[in-house]
Amino acid sequence: MREITYLKAINEAVDEEMARDPLVILMGQDVRKWGAPLGEFKGLYEKYGERVLDTGISETAMLGATAGSAATGMRPIVHIMFGEFLGVCMSDIRCALTKTRYMTGGKTRFPATIMTYTGAGRSAAGEHSACPYGVLMATPGLKIVAPSTPYDAKGLIKSAIREDNPVQVFYHVGLIFSKMTSQIPDEEYTVSIGEADIKREGSDVTVVAIGLMVHRAIAAANRLQEKGISLEVVDPRSLAPLDKQTIIKSVEKTGRLVIMDEEPKTESAASEIAAIVAEEAFDLLDAPIKRVCAPDTPIPFSPALERAWMPDEEDLIRAVVELTG
Amino acid sequence: MDMEKARLIDMYRMMVRIRAFEEQVAKDFADGKIPGFIHLSVGQEANAAGVCANLRADDIITTTHRGHGHVIAKGGNKYPLAPLMAEIYGKQTGLNKGKAGSQHLSDLDIGVLVAEGIQGTALTLAVGAALTAKLKGTGQVAVAFIGDGTLNTGRFHEGMNMASAWKLPLICYCENNLYAETTSIYESTNLTDLTARAASFGVPGVSVDGNDVMAVYESASEAMARARKGEGTTFIEAKTCRQRGHFEGDPQVYRPREQLDECLKKDPIPRFRNKLVEAGVLTEPEAEGIHREALAEVDEAVCFATESPYPAPEEVLTDVYA
Repeated sequence: MREITYLKAINEAVDEEMARDPLVILMGQDVRKWGAPLGEFKGLYEKYGERVLDTGISETAMLGATAGSAATGMRPIVHIMFGEFLGVCMSDIRCALTKTRYMTGGKTRFPATIMTYTGAGRSAAGEHSACPYGVLMATPGLKIVAPSTPYDAKGLIKSAIREDNPVQVFYHVGLIFSKMTSQIPDEEYTVSIGEADIKREGSDVTVVAIGLMVHRAIAAANRLQEKGISLEVVDPRSLAPLDKQTIIKSVEKTGRLVIMDEEPKTESAASEIAAIVAEEAFDLLDAPIKRVCAPDTPIPFSPALERAWMPDEEDLIRAVVELTG
Repeated sequence: MDMEKARLIDMYRMMVRIRAFEEQVAKDFADGKIPGFIHLSVGQEANAAGVCANLRADDIITTTHRGHGHVIAKGGNKYPLAPLMAEIYGKQTGLNKGKAGSQHLSDLDIGVLVAEGIQGTALTLAVGAALTAKLKGTGQVAVAFIGDGTLNTGRFHEGMNMASAWKLPLICYCENNLYAETTSIYESTNLTDLTARAASFGVPGVSVDGNDVMAVYESASEAMARARKGEGTTFIEAKTCRQRGHFEGDPQVYRPREQLDECLKKDPIPRFRNKLVEAGVLTEPEAEGIHREALAEVDEAVCFATESPYPAPEEVLTDVYA
């Protein structure tokens, strides 16, 4: 076993897959010499040369080049820097990349990975902080992962690169800046897309939390334990396909569900998870489902406002107490 | 005419087949036999035929909603029309199992990567195909067939710039048929020479008579040679015109009658036929034979499409993921 950071996990995953398969290429803004703004691709250009491509600020061309090279035999990874930047090339994602296979009658494959920073907490203001999970979940043909630990990040990114379908990887800047580490095995491993992970077992309330929120949920669980309330923290890890079974099984045990998601509440991932449980497991619920999300506003700049905007432990504890009180 | 006789006749036959196919589609759509909507390239066939006559089987093309001709031309004269017609009819036996229709016909087995209804994506996906060719060193080229309207999209600028910066083996072949849907390119830009756009990307810009199949062939041939030698991307503006509306049923109120008359006079098929007959490459009876064969082939395609079943409802759920 050895210990790695989230940043190192991303770098190792891409490095190992590029070494393993010469068809894997990486393109993005600032990926060659800078290794991307947070440095997760450092050293890859020196190692893989022309397979690492700097693009201009051209998200639609980047996505087109991704889809076109994927369909013709490469396994491209494209770095679309921040969550809101996906909007620039959204029709390229929602049409060219993810609908074309269907419209060819299944004749063409699009093995491509989009890697994107998400998350507030760094005073990056309204355009560089979003977690656009919900909008991407409404994209048939796309798989989505949002790893919350270095272990999951490495394993899921490796799976994403090997996947024969387009995969969106969301990684939260807060997890990178936190310097958190995971123990990982010395031998190679992957994490399967579509499998949730119970990050903490409990018996009174199921909390489904995504990305950075997993850690806030665990912190809340530690505090509530002192009050005799036991939270089970389920990390879906993949948002598409969603591991409904693990979530519903946990709700079967606890009878209560809170979803913690760093998005404005409307049309969030939390909305979809709530709808699924209400539709498929209503009889297992002893109380209404609660969503702990951000308010339906843009993300503010000032640290004081941003703290108020982001869902935190206190918000979750309040919701749990309301449910159990 | 320097070109070998077989190739000339092949290009003529290709134009005739595309015309016969599309005129049949127009008729069947008007008769309510084809669902959705239809965009035809009648009058523009010289472009598909002249460009694709240069291509290797493994070269890649992309096209748009007006793409029937490009698919047929890339497939060659032996490529069967029946699965194409069945696709346009929405049948299970269609090229894309009834999930594409007229606007999105594609067949990567013959190098047709995609037919895109969102403008500019045909170019950016071709950039990706050209990137694969360059990285793998296959010697393939990619051709993006786009329309004049695409020149005003962001994707055009981003795609051309990327292709040029990376020196990709790509030909951006713009069929300037004078109208983006119903709006003249000369009203939506301040340019009179569309090849001026090419200079801003640092690639050669070539203008060609898109109703002269020989001129199309030659300009495409030069661009391909550049691409295959590793000299990068070329932009070709082919001046052509649409004999029909933007879509079938378009009353074309925006179009002056004289402009349409002039377009009909420039019909590339009789023009090439006369040239071939004058040069002694083809006799009139031989030319008639090619027309008859094309009509018979299209008749068979219609029979196949008509007799084929619609897809079963379960097919809705297949082909989303690999």
